[in-house]
Amino acid sequence: MEGIKPEANDKLKMDGIKKELRNPSKATHQDYFGKTISYICIAFVGLLVLSILYFITTRGLATFTQDHVSLWAFLSGSNWNPGMLDSHGNPEIGALPMIVTSFSVTVLAALVATPFAIGVALFMTEISPRRGTKFLQPVIELLVGIPSVVYGFIGLSVIVPLIRHAFGGTGFGILAGTIVLFVMVLPTITSLSIDSIRSVPMYYRSASLALGATRWQTIHKVVLRAATPGILTAIIFGMARAFGEALAVQMVIGNATLMPHGLLTPSSTLTSQLTTGIGNTTMGTLPNNALWSLALILLLMSLVFNIIVRIIGKRGSLK
Amino acid sequence: MQDYSFDEKHIVHIPTEKALTTEDLQVYYGKNHAMTDASLEFPRYRITALIGASGSGKSTYLRSLNRMNDAIATVEGKIIYRDTDINSKKINVYEVRKHISMVFQRPNPFAKSIRENITFALKRNGIKDKAELEYRVENSLKSAALWDEVKDDLDKSALALSGGQQQRLCIARCVAMKPDILLLDEPASALDPISTAKIEETLKQLRKSYSIIIVTHNMQQASRIADYTAFFHMGHVLEYDKTENIFTNPEIKATEDYISGNFG
Repeated sequence: MEGIKPEANDKLKMDGIKKELRNPSKATHQDYFGKTISYICIAFVGLLVLSILYFITTRGLATFTQDHVSLWAFLSGSNWNPGMLDSHGNPEIGALPMIVTSFSVTVLAALVATPFAIGVALFMTEISPRRGTKFLQPVIELLVGIPSVVYGFIGLSVIVPLIRHAFGGTGFGILAGTIVLFVMVLPTITSLSIDSIRSVPMYYRSASLALGATRWQTIHKVVLRAATPGILTAIIFGMARAFGEALAVQMVIGNATLMPHGLLTPSSTLTSQLTTGIGNTTMGTLPNNALWSLALILLLMSLVFNIIVRIIGKRGSLK
Repeated sequence: MQDYSFDEKHIVHIPTEKALTTEDLQVYYGKNHAMTDASLEFPRYRITALIGASGSGKSTYLRSLNRMNDAIATVEGKIIYRDTDINSKKINVYEVRKHISMVFQRPNPFAKSIRENITFALKRNGIKDKAELEYRVENSLKSAALWDEVKDDLDKSALALSGGQQQRLCIARCVAMKPDILLLDEPASALDPISTAKIEETLKQLRKSYSIIIVTHNMQQASRIADYTAFFHMGHVLEYDKTENIFTNPEIKATEDYISGNFG
Protein backbone atom coordinates (compact mmCIF):
# COMPACT_ATOMS: atom_id res chain seq x y z
CA MET A 1 0.00 0.00 0.00
CA GLU A 2 2.96 2.22 -0.46
CA GLY A 3 2.20 5.64 -1.86
CA ILE A 4 -1.34 5.75 -0.50
CA LYS A 5 -1.94 8.19 2.31
CA PRO A 6 -3.06 6.77 5.64
CA GLU A 7 -6.45 8.52 5.36
CA ALA A 8 -7.04 6.96 1.95
CA ASN A 9 -6.09 3.59 3.38
CA ASP A 10 -8.66 4.04 6.13
CA LYS A 11 -11.27 4.95 3.58
CA LEU A 12 -10.58 1.79 1.58
CA LYS A 13 -10.97 -0.26 4.72
CA MET A 14 -14.26 1.44 5.59
CA ASP A 15 -15.63 0.73 2.13
CA GLY A 16 -14.65 -2.92 2.51
CA ILE A 17 -16.53 -3.20 5.82
CA LYS A 18 -19.54 -1.43 4.35
CA LYS A 19 -19.59 -3.87 1.48
CA GLU A 20 -19.32 -6.86 3.80
CA LEU A 21 -22.13 -5.56 5.96
CA ARG A 22 -24.47 -5.09 3.02
CA ASN A 23 -23.82 -8.21 0.95
CA PRO A 24 -24.79 -11.81 1.72
CA SER A 25 -21.94 -14.17 2.54
CA LYS A 26 -21.51 -17.92 2.67
CA ALA A 27 -22.87 -17.97 6.21
CA THR A 28 -26.09 -16.19 5.26
CA HIS A 29 -26.55 -18.56 2.32
CA GLN A 30 -26.21 -21.51 4.68
CA ASP A 31 -28.83 -20.00 6.96
CA TYR A 32 -31.19 -19.57 4.06
CA PHE A 33 -30.54 -23.09 2.76
CA GLY A 34 -31.13 -24.69 6.18
CA LYS A 35 -34.29 -22.72 6.72
CA THR A 36 -35.68 -23.72 3.33
CA ILE A 37 -35.03 -27.41 3.96
CA SER A 38 -36.70 -27.39 7.33
CA TYR A 39 -39.72 -25.51 5.94
CA ILE A 40 -40.05 -28.10 3.15
CA CYS A 41 -39.98 -30.91 5.73
CA ILE A 42 -42.57 -29.19 7.89
CA ALA A 43 -44.80 -28.60 4.87
CA PHE A 44 -44.54 -32.25 3.87
CA VAL A 45 -45.38 -33.56 7.34
CA GLY A 46 -48.21 -31.04 7.69
CA LEU A 47 -49.61 -32.10 4.31
CA LEU A 48 -49.39 -35.75 5.35
CA VAL A 49 -51.33 -35.14 8.56
CA LEU A 50 -53.92 -33.01 6.79
CA SER A 51 -54.50 -35.57 4.07
CA ILE A 52 -54.88 -38.37 6.63
CA LEU A 53 -57.39 -36.26 8.54
CA TYR A 54 -59.23 -35.39 5.32
CA PHE A 55 -59.29 -38.97 4.12
CA ILE A 56 -60.58 -40.47 7.36
CA THR A 57 -63.10 -37.70 7.84
CA THR A 58 -64.62 -37.88 4.36
CA ARG A 59 -64.67 -41.67 4.41
CA GLY A 60 -66.01 -41.76 7.94
CA LEU A 61 -68.76 -39.28 7.13
CA ALA A 62 -69.74 -41.10 3.95
CA THR A 63 -71.79 -43.49 6.05
CA PHE A 64 -73.98 -40.60 7.05
CA THR A 65 -73.91 -38.52 3.86
CA GLN A 66 -74.03 -41.20 1.13
CA ASP A 67 -75.73 -44.05 2.90
CA HIS A 68 -78.04 -41.81 4.94
CA VAL A 69 -77.53 -43.63 8.19
CA SER A 70 -78.47 -41.36 11.08
CA LEU A 71 -75.63 -40.40 13.39
CA TRP A 72 -77.81 -41.22 16.35
CA ALA A 73 -78.51 -44.75 15.08
CA PHE A 74 -74.79 -45.24 14.59
CA LEU A 75 -73.84 -44.07 18.08
CA SER A 76 -76.71 -45.63 20.01
CA GLY A 77 -77.62 -48.77 18.05
CA SER A 78 -76.42 -52.03 19.51
CA ASN A 79 -76.60 -54.26 16.45
CA TRP A 80 -73.62 -54.34 14.14
CA ASN A 81 -74.18 -56.15 10.90
CA PRO A 82 -73.37 -53.71 8.09
CA GLY A 83 -74.28 -56.07 5.28
CA MET A 84 -77.86 -56.62 6.47
CA LEU A 85 -81.02 -54.54 6.76
CA ASP A 86 -83.18 -54.58 9.85
CA SER A 87 -86.99 -54.97 9.89
CA HIS A 88 -87.43 -51.26 9.00
CA GLY A 89 -85.14 -51.57 6.01
CA ASN A 90 -82.29 -49.63 7.65
CA PRO A 91 -78.74 -51.00 7.67
CA GLU A 92 -77.68 -52.46 11.01
CA ILE A 93 -74.70 -50.40 12.01
CA GLY A 94 -74.94 -49.68 15.70
CA ALA A 95 -71.45 -49.01 17.06
CA LEU A 96 -72.43 -48.70 20.71
CA PRO A 97 -71.17 -52.18 21.75
CA MET A 98 -67.72 -51.39 20.37
CA ILE A 99 -67.67 -47.94 21.92
CA VAL A 100 -68.68 -49.35 25.30
CA THR A 101 -66.12 -52.15 25.11
CA SER A 102 -63.32 -49.82 24.03
CA PHE A 103 -63.99 -47.48 26.93
CA SER A 104 -64.37 -50.37 29.38
CA VAL A 105 -61.04 -52.00 28.60
CA THR A 106 -59.30 -48.60 28.49
CA VAL A 107 -60.64 -47.31 31.81
CA LEU A 108 -60.24 -50.66 33.57
CA ALA A 109 -56.68 -51.14 32.34
CA ALA A 110 -55.75 -47.61 33.45
CA LEU A 111 -57.44 -48.09 36.82
CA VAL A 112 -55.57 -51.32 37.49
CA ALA A 113 -52.23 -50.09 36.12
CA THR A 114 -52.08 -46.69 37.87
CA PRO A 115 -51.50 -47.86 41.47
CA PHE A 116 -48.80 -50.27 40.29
CA ALA A 117 -47.21 -47.59 38.11
CA ILE A 118 -47.12 -45.02 40.93
CA GLY A 119 -45.75 -47.64 43.32
CA VAL A 120 -42.93 -48.55 40.95
CA ALA A 121 -42.27 -44.88 40.14
CA LEU A 122 -42.00 -43.99 43.84
CA PHE A 123 -39.67 -46.90 44.45
CA MET A 124 -37.44 -45.78 41.60
CA THR A 125 -37.37 -42.10 42.54
CA GLU A 126 -37.84 -41.79 46.30
CA ILE A 127 -37.18 -45.11 47.98
CA SER A 128 -34.29 -46.70 46.13
CA PRO A 129 -33.19 -44.52 43.20
CA ARG A 130 -29.95 -46.39 42.58
CA ARG A 131 -31.20 -49.96 42.61
CA GLY A 132 -34.46 -48.89 41.02
CA THR A 133 -32.73 -47.30 38.08
CA LYS A 134 -30.30 -50.18 37.73
CA PHE A 135 -32.81 -53.04 37.72
CA LEU A 136 -36.25 -51.64 37.01
CA GLN A 137 -35.36 -49.19 34.24
CA PRO A 138 -34.27 -52.00 31.87
CA VAL A 139 -37.37 -54.01 32.78
CA ILE A 140 -39.63 -51.07 31.90
CA GLU A 141 -37.77 -50.43 28.66
CA LEU A 142 -38.11 -54.11 27.79
CA LEU A 143 -41.85 -54.04 28.44
CA VAL A 144 -42.19 -51.07 26.08
CA GLY A 145 -40.18 -52.82 23.39
CA ILE A 146 -42.12 -56.10 23.26
CA PRO A 147 -44.33 -56.09 20.12
CA SER A 148 -48.06 -56.09 20.79
CA VAL A 149 -48.58 -59.34 18.91
CA VAL A 150 -46.42 -61.07 21.52
CA TYR A 151 -48.57 -59.67 24.32
CA GLY A 152 -51.65 -60.86 22.44
CA PHE A 153 -50.13 -64.30 21.96
CA ILE A 154 -49.32 -64.62 25.67
CA GLY A 155 -52.82 -63.41 26.49
CA LEU A 156 -54.32 -65.95 24.14
CA SER A 157 -52.33 -68.91 25.39
CA VAL A 158 -52.06 -68.06 29.11
CA ILE A 159 -54.62 -65.48 30.25
CA VAL A 160 -57.63 -66.73 28.28
CA PRO A 161 -57.33 -70.40 29.44
CA LEU A 162 -56.69 -69.16 32.98
CA ILE A 163 -59.89 -67.10 32.99
CA ARG A 164 -61.79 -70.01 31.41
CA HIS A 165 -60.70 -72.30 34.24
CA ALA A 166 -61.30 -69.77 36.96
CA PHE A 167 -64.63 -68.26 35.93
CA GLY A 168 -66.00 -70.55 33.23
CA GLY A 169 -67.21 -69.35 29.83
CA THR A 170 -64.90 -69.00 26.88
CA GLY A 171 -62.27 -66.91 28.64
CA PHE A 172 -62.42 -64.30 25.90
CA GLY A 173 -63.78 -60.90 26.86
CA ILE A 174 -63.19 -57.57 28.55
CA LEU A 175 -61.35 -59.14 31.51
CA ALA A 176 -58.75 -60.79 29.27
CA GLY A 177 -58.42 -57.55 27.27
CA THR A 178 -57.99 -55.54 30.45
CA ILE A 179 -55.24 -57.81 31.75
CA VAL A 180 -53.29 -57.70 28.50
CA LEU A 181 -53.68 -53.92 28.21
CA PHE A 182 -52.70 -53.50 31.88
CA VAL A 183 -49.27 -54.96 31.11
CA MET A 184 -49.02 -52.85 27.97
CA VAL A 185 -49.87 -49.47 29.51
CA LEU A 186 -48.00 -50.10 32.77
CA PRO A 187 -44.57 -49.06 31.38
CA THR A 188 -46.05 -45.98 29.69
CA ILE A 189 -47.71 -44.72 32.86
CA THR A 190 -44.70 -45.70 34.99
CA SER A 191 -42.01 -43.97 32.97
CA LEU A 192 -44.01 -40.75 32.55
CA SER A 193 -44.84 -40.76 36.29
CA ILE A 194 -41.14 -41.18 37.04
CA ASP A 195 -40.32 -38.11 34.93
CA SER A 196 -42.99 -36.13 36.70
CA ILE A 197 -41.87 -37.13 40.21
CA ARG A 198 -38.22 -36.49 39.35
CA SER A 199 -39.08 -32.99 38.22
CA VAL A 200 -40.43 -32.09 41.68
CA PRO A 201 -37.68 -29.78 43.00
CA MET A 202 -35.40 -31.29 45.63
CA TYR A 203 -35.93 -28.30 47.91
CA TYR A 204 -39.60 -29.19 48.38
CA ARG A 205 -38.43 -32.41 49.98
CA SER A 206 -35.81 -30.71 52.17
CA ALA A 207 -38.35 -28.08 53.24
CA SER A 208 -40.81 -30.73 54.30
CA LEU A 209 -38.22 -32.88 56.08
CA ALA A 210 -36.69 -29.90 57.86
CA LEU A 211 -40.11 -29.16 59.36
CA GLY A 212 -40.21 -32.60 60.94
CA ALA A 213 -42.50 -34.24 58.38
CA THR A 214 -41.80 -37.94 57.92
CA ARG A 215 -40.60 -39.42 54.67
CA TRP A 216 -44.02 -40.89 53.97
CA GLN A 217 -45.75 -37.58 54.72
CA THR A 218 -43.30 -35.84 52.44
CA ILE A 219 -43.91 -38.30 49.59
CA HIS A 220 -47.66 -38.30 50.09
CA LYS A 221 -48.37 -34.64 50.77
CA VAL A 222 -45.57 -32.83 48.96
CA VAL A 223 -43.99 -34.92 46.21
CA LEU A 224 -47.10 -36.68 44.90
CA ARG A 225 -49.17 -33.53 45.24
CA ALA A 226 -46.70 -31.54 43.18
CA ALA A 227 -46.40 -34.36 40.63
CA THR A 228 -50.17 -34.82 40.21
CA PRO A 229 -50.55 -32.97 36.88
CA GLY A 230 -47.71 -35.03 35.43
CA ILE A 231 -49.14 -38.28 36.75
CA LEU A 232 -52.56 -37.44 35.30
CA THR A 233 -50.90 -36.80 31.97
CA ALA A 234 -49.18 -40.18 32.29
CA ILE A 235 -52.52 -41.87 32.89
CA ILE A 236 -54.11 -40.17 29.89
CA PHE A 237 -51.20 -41.21 27.68
CA GLY A 238 -51.63 -44.77 28.96
CA MET A 239 -55.35 -44.60 28.18
CA ALA A 240 -54.64 -43.30 24.69
CA ARG A 241 -52.36 -46.26 24.11
CA ALA A 242 -54.94 -48.71 25.47
CA PHE A 243 -57.71 -47.15 23.40
CA GLY A 244 -55.71 -47.42 20.21
CA GLU A 245 -54.24 -50.89 20.72
CA ALA A 246 -55.69 -53.27 18.13
CA LEU A 247 -53.82 -56.49 17.63
CA ALA A 248 -53.25 -57.72 21.17
CA VAL A 249 -56.81 -56.87 22.11
CA GLN A 250 -58.23 -58.52 19.04
CA MET A 251 -56.54 -61.80 20.02
CA VAL A 252 -58.18 -62.02 23.46
CA ILE A 253 -61.43 -60.03 23.32
CA GLY A 254 -63.49 -62.64 21.45
CA ASN A 255 -64.55 -60.41 18.55
CA ALA A 256 -68.28 -60.79 18.96
CA THR A 257 -70.03 -57.54 18.04
CA LEU A 258 -72.41 -57.86 20.95
CA MET A 259 -73.19 -55.52 23.81
CA PRO A 260 -70.96 -56.76 26.66
CA HIS A 261 -73.01 -58.04 29.59
CA GLY A 262 -70.10 -58.57 31.89
CA LEU A 263 -66.34 -58.86 31.95
CA LEU A 264 -66.40 -62.42 30.72
CA THR A 265 -68.58 -62.35 27.62
CA PRO A 266 -66.84 -62.12 24.23
CA SER A 267 -67.11 -58.64 22.76
CA SER A 268 -65.30 -56.34 20.37
CA THR A 269 -63.54 -52.99 20.57
CA LEU A 270 -63.46 -50.31 17.86
CA THR A 271 -59.94 -51.29 16.90
CA SER A 272 -60.48 -55.04 16.96
CA GLN A 273 -63.60 -54.63 14.81
CA LEU A 274 -61.57 -52.56 12.35
CA THR A 275 -58.81 -55.15 12.02
CA THR A 276 -61.29 -57.99 11.80
CA GLY A 277 -63.55 -56.34 9.24
CA ILE A 278 -61.17 -54.44 7.01
CA GLY A 279 -60.22 -57.42 4.85
CA ASN A 280 -63.80 -58.53 4.27
CA THR A 281 -65.28 -55.39 2.77
CA THR A 282 -65.05 -53.56 -0.53
CA MET A 283 -64.02 -49.94 -0.74
CA GLY A 284 -66.96 -47.61 -1.26
CA THR A 285 -69.65 -49.95 0.02
CA LEU A 286 -71.67 -49.35 3.18
CA PRO A 287 -69.88 -52.04 5.26
CA ASN A 288 -66.57 -50.43 4.34
CA ASN A 289 -67.78 -46.91 5.05
CA ALA A 290 -69.07 -48.07 8.41
CA LEU A 291 -65.58 -49.21 9.33
CA TRP A 292 -64.23 -45.80 8.37
CA SER A 293 -66.75 -44.28 10.73
CA LEU A 294 -65.26 -46.42 13.49
CA ALA A 295 -61.83 -45.10 12.52
CA LEU A 296 -63.19 -41.57 12.70
CA ILE A 297 -64.34 -42.18 16.28
CA LEU A 298 -60.84 -43.44 17.13
CA LEU A 299 -59.31 -40.34 15.57
CA LEU A 300 -61.64 -38.02 17.46
CA MET A 301 -60.93 -39.83 20.72
CA SER A 302 -57.17 -39.53 20.32
CA LEU A 303 -57.77 -35.82 19.68
CA VAL A 304 -59.77 -35.64 22.91
CA PHE A 305 -56.97 -37.40 24.83
CA ASN A 306 -54.48 -34.91 23.42
CA ILE A 307 -56.61 -31.95 24.40
CA ILE A 308 -56.98 -33.31 27.94
CA VAL A 309 -53.21 -33.67 28.20
CA ARG A 310 -52.79 -30.07 27.02
CA ILE A 311 -55.31 -28.76 29.54
CA ILE A 312 -53.67 -30.64 32.40
CA GLY A 313 -50.27 -29.37 31.30
CA LYS A 314 -51.47 -25.78 31.34
CA ARG A 315 -53.14 -26.13 34.71
CA GLY A 316 -50.01 -27.73 36.12
CA SER A 317 -47.64 -25.08 34.86
CA LEU A 318 -49.68 -22.28 36.43
CA LYS A 319 -48.83 -23.47 39.92
CA MET B 1 -3.66 -18.27 50.75
CA GLN B 2 -1.10 -19.40 53.27
CA ASP B 3 -1.42 -22.58 55.31
CA TYR B 4 -2.69 -22.20 58.83
CA SER B 5 -2.15 -24.71 61.59
CA PHE B 6 -5.23 -26.65 62.59
CA ASP B 7 -3.79 -27.29 66.06
CA GLU B 8 -3.90 -23.69 67.04
CA LYS B 9 -7.46 -23.09 68.18
CA HIS B 10 -9.29 -20.72 70.41
CA ILE B 11 -12.64 -22.08 71.50
CA VAL B 12 -14.50 -20.65 74.47
CA HIS B 13 -17.01 -22.36 76.73
CA ILE B 14 -20.41 -20.84 77.24
CA PRO B 15 -21.03 -19.67 80.80
CA THR B 16 -24.81 -19.41 80.37
CA GLU B 17 -27.43 -22.04 79.60
CA LYS B 18 -26.64 -24.17 76.53
CA ALA B 19 -29.10 -24.96 73.78
CA LEU B 20 -26.97 -27.46 71.92
CA THR B 21 -23.47 -28.91 72.18
CA THR B 22 -21.39 -30.87 69.73
CA GLU B 23 -18.47 -33.03 70.77
CA ASP B 24 -15.80 -34.09 68.28
CA LEU B 25 -18.19 -33.96 65.35
CA GLN B 26 -16.81 -35.51 62.16
CA VAL B 27 -18.52 -35.41 58.78
CA TYR B 28 -17.47 -37.57 55.85
CA TYR B 29 -18.76 -37.38 52.29
CA GLY B 30 -17.65 -40.83 51.20
CA LYS B 31 -13.87 -40.68 51.80
CA ASN B 32 -13.75 -36.90 51.90
CA HIS B 33 -13.33 -35.74 55.50
CA ALA B 34 -15.39 -32.54 55.36
CA MET B 35 -15.52 -31.65 59.05
CA THR B 36 -12.95 -32.49 61.71
CA ASP B 37 -13.35 -32.42 65.49
CA ALA B 38 -15.98 -29.74 65.75
CA SER B 39 -16.72 -29.17 69.43
CA LEU B 40 -18.92 -26.17 70.07
CA GLU B 41 -21.42 -25.06 72.68
CA PHE B 42 -24.36 -22.97 71.56
CA PRO B 43 -25.98 -20.61 74.09
CA ARG B 44 -29.72 -20.58 74.65
CA TYR B 45 -31.70 -17.54 73.44
CA ARG B 46 -28.71 -16.14 71.61
CA ILE B 47 -27.68 -15.87 67.99
CA THR B 48 -24.54 -17.74 66.98
CA ALA B 49 -23.01 -17.07 63.57
CA LEU B 50 -20.89 -19.56 61.67
CA ILE B 51 -18.52 -17.76 59.29
CA GLY B 52 -15.80 -18.90 56.95
CA ALA B 53 -14.92 -19.12 53.27
CA SER B 54 -16.84 -21.28 50.79
CA GLY B 55 -16.08 -24.94 51.35
CA SER B 56 -14.97 -24.38 54.94
CA GLY B 57 -17.60 -26.85 56.16
CA LYS B 58 -19.93 -24.45 57.95
CA SER B 59 -23.06 -25.46 56.02
CA THR B 60 -22.09 -29.11 56.31
CA TYR B 61 -21.80 -28.67 60.06
CA LEU B 62 -25.12 -26.83 60.31
CA ARG B 63 -27.00 -29.44 58.31
CA SER B 64 -25.65 -32.17 60.57
CA LEU B 65 -27.18 -30.53 63.64
CA ASN B 66 -30.73 -31.61 62.76
CA ARG B 67 -29.71 -34.71 60.85
CA MET B 68 -30.41 -33.28 57.40
CA ASN B 69 -27.10 -34.79 56.29
CA ASP B 70 -28.18 -38.36 57.02
CA ALA B 71 -28.88 -39.22 53.41
CA ILE B 72 -25.67 -37.86 51.91
CA ALA B 73 -22.95 -38.01 54.57
CA THR B 74 -21.64 -39.97 57.51
CA VAL B 75 -21.69 -37.97 60.75
CA GLU B 76 -19.71 -39.17 63.76
CA GLY B 77 -19.38 -37.71 67.22
CA LYS B 78 -21.95 -36.39 69.66
CA ILE B 79 -24.66 -33.78 69.29
CA ILE B 80 -26.06 -33.15 72.74
CA TYR B 81 -29.54 -31.68 72.97
CA ARG B 82 -31.35 -31.75 76.32
CA ASP B 83 -28.81 -34.25 77.72
CA THR B 84 -29.45 -36.61 74.81
CA ASP B 85 -27.07 -37.54 72.02
CA ILE B 86 -29.30 -36.92 69.02
CA ASN B 87 -26.68 -38.23 66.63
CA SER B 88 -27.35 -41.76 67.82
CA LYS B 89 -28.93 -44.31 65.46
CA LYS B 90 -31.81 -44.96 67.83
CA ILE B 91 -32.99 -41.34 67.77
CA ASN B 92 -36.26 -40.48 65.99
CA VAL B 93 -35.01 -37.94 63.44
CA TYR B 94 -38.49 -36.60 62.76
CA GLU B 95 -38.80 -35.55 66.40
CA VAL B 96 -35.34 -33.97 66.26
CA ARG B 97 -36.40 -31.79 63.34
CA LYS B 98 -39.53 -30.66 65.15
CA HIS B 99 -37.34 -29.18 67.87
CA ILE B 100 -34.45 -28.12 65.67
CA SER B 101 -35.88 -26.55 62.54
CA MET B 102 -34.06 -25.34 59.44
CA VAL B 103 -34.33 -22.47 56.95
CA PHE B 104 -32.43 -22.88 53.69
CA GLN B 105 -30.32 -20.57 51.58
CA ARG B 106 -32.83 -20.43 48.76
CA PRO B 107 -36.38 -19.58 49.83
CA ASN B 108 -38.29 -22.83 49.37
CA PRO B 109 -42.00 -22.33 50.05
CA PHE B 110 -44.33 -25.06 48.80
CA ALA B 111 -46.48 -24.30 45.75
CA LYS B 112 -49.41 -23.83 48.09
CA SER B 113 -51.13 -20.86 49.67
CA ILE B 114 -49.41 -18.82 52.36
CA ARG B 115 -51.73 -20.29 54.97
CA GLU B 116 -51.12 -23.87 53.82
CA ASN B 117 -47.37 -23.35 53.87
CA ILE B 118 -47.63 -22.73 57.58
CA THR B 119 -50.31 -25.28 58.43
CA PHE B 120 -48.59 -28.06 56.45
CA ALA B 121 -46.24 -29.16 59.22
CA LEU B 122 -48.80 -28.44 61.93
CA LYS B 123 -51.38 -30.69 60.29
CA ARG B 124 -48.80 -33.43 59.75
CA ASN B 125 -48.14 -33.12 63.45
CA GLY B 126 -51.77 -33.79 64.31
CA ILE B 127 -53.02 -30.25 65.00
CA LYS B 128 -56.52 -30.15 63.51
CA ASP B 129 -58.30 -27.53 65.61
CA LYS B 130 -59.15 -24.63 63.27
CA ALA B 131 -58.84 -21.92 65.89
CA GLU B 132 -55.45 -23.22 66.97
CA LEU B 133 -54.26 -23.33 63.35
CA GLU B 134 -55.48 -19.78 62.70
CA TYR B 135 -53.81 -18.58 65.86
CA ARG B 136 -50.51 -20.18 64.92
CA VAL B 137 -50.66 -18.80 61.37
CA GLU B 138 -51.19 -15.25 62.64
CA ASN B 139 -48.69 -15.54 65.43
CA SER B 140 -45.91 -17.04 63.36
CA LEU B 141 -46.39 -14.52 60.56
CA LYS B 142 -46.19 -11.75 63.16
CA SER B 143 -42.99 -13.22 64.57
CA ALA B 144 -41.50 -13.23 61.09
CA ALA B 145 -42.66 -9.62 60.53
CA LEU B 146 -44.73 -10.69 57.55
CA TRP B 147 -48.25 -10.42 58.94
CA ASP B 148 -48.92 -6.83 57.93
CA GLU B 149 -47.83 -7.50 54.37
CA VAL B 150 -49.87 -10.66 53.77
CA LYS B 151 -52.77 -10.71 56.23
CA ASP B 152 -55.32 -10.06 53.45
CA ASP B 153 -53.77 -12.56 51.04
CA LEU B 154 -53.38 -15.66 53.17
CA ASP B 155 -55.01 -17.83 50.51
CA LYS B 156 -52.82 -16.57 47.69
CA SER B 157 -49.97 -18.69 46.37
CA ALA B 158 -46.77 -18.33 48.35
CA LEU B 159 -44.89 -18.27 45.06
CA ALA B 160 -46.40 -14.85 44.30
CA LEU B 161 -44.42 -13.32 47.19
CA SER B 162 -41.08 -11.61 46.68
CA GLY B 163 -37.89 -13.48 47.55
CA GLY B 164 -37.50 -11.73 50.88
CA GLN B 165 -41.14 -12.34 51.79
CA GLN B 166 -40.80 -15.98 50.80
CA GLN B 167 -37.80 -16.35 53.07
CA ARG B 168 -39.66 -14.75 55.98
CA LEU B 169 -42.54 -17.13 55.24
CA CYS B 170 -40.08 -20.02 55.52
CA ILE B 171 -38.98 -18.65 58.88
CA ALA B 172 -42.63 -18.29 59.95
CA ARG B 173 -43.26 -21.87 58.85
CA CYS B 174 -40.54 -23.06 61.21
CA VAL B 175 -41.60 -20.79 64.06
CA ALA B 176 -45.19 -22.10 63.84
CA MET B 177 -43.89 -25.49 64.95
CA LYS B 178 -42.54 -23.82 68.11
CA PRO B 179 -39.08 -25.37 67.88
CA ASP B 180 -36.29 -24.75 70.37
CA ILE B 181 -33.57 -24.02 67.90
CA LEU B 182 -33.63 -22.38 64.48
CA LEU B 183 -30.88 -23.28 62.02
CA LEU B 184 -30.46 -20.84 59.14
CA ASP B 185 -28.21 -21.61 56.19
CA GLU B 186 -27.25 -18.28 54.61
CA PRO B 187 -30.88 -17.14 54.69
CA ALA B 188 -30.19 -13.72 53.20
CA SER B 189 -27.56 -14.50 50.59
CA ALA B 190 -30.09 -14.57 47.75
CA LEU B 191 -31.83 -11.36 48.86
CA ASP B 192 -31.43 -7.64 48.29
CA PRO B 193 -30.14 -5.37 51.10
CA ILE B 194 -33.60 -4.19 52.20
CA SER B 195 -34.94 -7.73 52.48
CA THR B 196 -31.74 -8.71 54.25
CA ALA B 197 -32.24 -5.95 56.81
CA LYS B 198 -35.79 -7.16 57.44
CA ILE B 199 -34.60 -10.73 57.97
CA GLU B 200 -31.95 -9.54 60.39
CA GLU B 201 -34.52 -7.48 62.31
CA THR B 202 -36.76 -10.56 62.44
CA LEU B 203 -33.95 -12.70 63.80
CA LYS B 204 -33.15 -10.17 66.51
CA GLN B 205 -36.79 -10.32 67.62
CA LEU B 206 -36.87 -14.12 67.49
CA ARG B 207 -33.80 -14.32 69.70
CA LYS B 208 -36.04 -13.64 72.70
CA SER B 209 -37.69 -17.04 72.42
CA TYR B 210 -35.44 -19.12 70.19
CA SER B 211 -31.83 -20.16 70.04
CA ILE B 212 -30.54 -19.32 66.59
CA ILE B 213 -27.57 -20.68 64.68
CA ILE B 214 -26.92 -18.94 61.38
CA VAL B 215 -24.42 -19.62 58.63
CA THR B 216 -23.42 -16.47 56.81
CA HIS B 217 -20.96 -15.31 54.18
CA ASN B 218 -21.55 -11.77 55.18
CA MET B 219 -19.24 -10.73 58.01
CA GLN B 220 -21.06 -7.45 58.62
CA GLN B 221 -24.20 -9.48 59.11
CA ALA B 222 -22.47 -11.67 61.67
CA SER B 223 -21.15 -8.65 63.54
CA ARG B 224 -24.56 -6.95 63.45
CA ILE B 225 -26.72 -9.74 64.79
CA ALA B 226 -24.65 -12.49 66.39
CA ASP B 227 -23.79 -12.82 70.06
CA TYR B 228 -21.22 -15.50 69.40
CA THR B 229 -19.30 -16.28 66.23
CA ALA B 230 -17.42 -19.39 65.11
CA PHE B 231 -14.80 -19.22 62.40
CA PHE B 232 -14.55 -22.26 60.13
CA HIS B 233 -11.54 -22.99 57.96
CA MET B 234 -11.09 -26.01 55.69
CA GLY B 235 -13.24 -28.33 57.75
CA HIS B 236 -11.98 -27.16 61.15
CA VAL B 237 -13.38 -24.75 63.70
CA LEU B 238 -10.41 -22.53 64.51
CA GLU B 239 -11.94 -19.86 66.70
CA TYR B 240 -15.13 -19.48 68.71
CA ASP B 241 -15.79 -16.54 70.94
CA LYS B 242 -18.06 -13.60 71.62
CA THR B 243 -18.69 -11.77 68.35
CA GLU B 244 -17.04 -8.55 69.50
CA ASN B 245 -13.87 -10.43 70.42
CA ILE B 246 -13.77 -12.20 67.07
CA PHE B 247 -14.11 -8.99 65.12
CA THR B 248 -12.03 -6.66 67.26
CA ASN B 249 -9.41 -8.88 68.78
CA PRO B 250 -9.12 -12.33 67.16
CA GLU B 251 -6.70 -14.75 68.80
CA ILE B 252 -5.92 -16.77 65.71
CA LYS B 253 -4.04 -15.50 62.67
CA ALA B 254 -6.39 -17.22 60.19
CA THR B 255 -9.41 -15.48 61.73
CA GLU B 256 -7.71 -12.15 61.61
CA ASP B 257 -6.75 -12.61 57.96
CA TYR B 258 -10.25 -13.73 57.05
CA ILE B 259 -12.12 -10.89 58.74
CA SER B 260 -9.72 -8.33 57.39
CA GLY B 261 -10.36 -9.65 53.90
CA ASN B 262 -6.99 -11.20 53.19
CA PHE B 263 -8.62 -14.36 51.83
CA GLY B 264 -12.03 -15.88 51.35
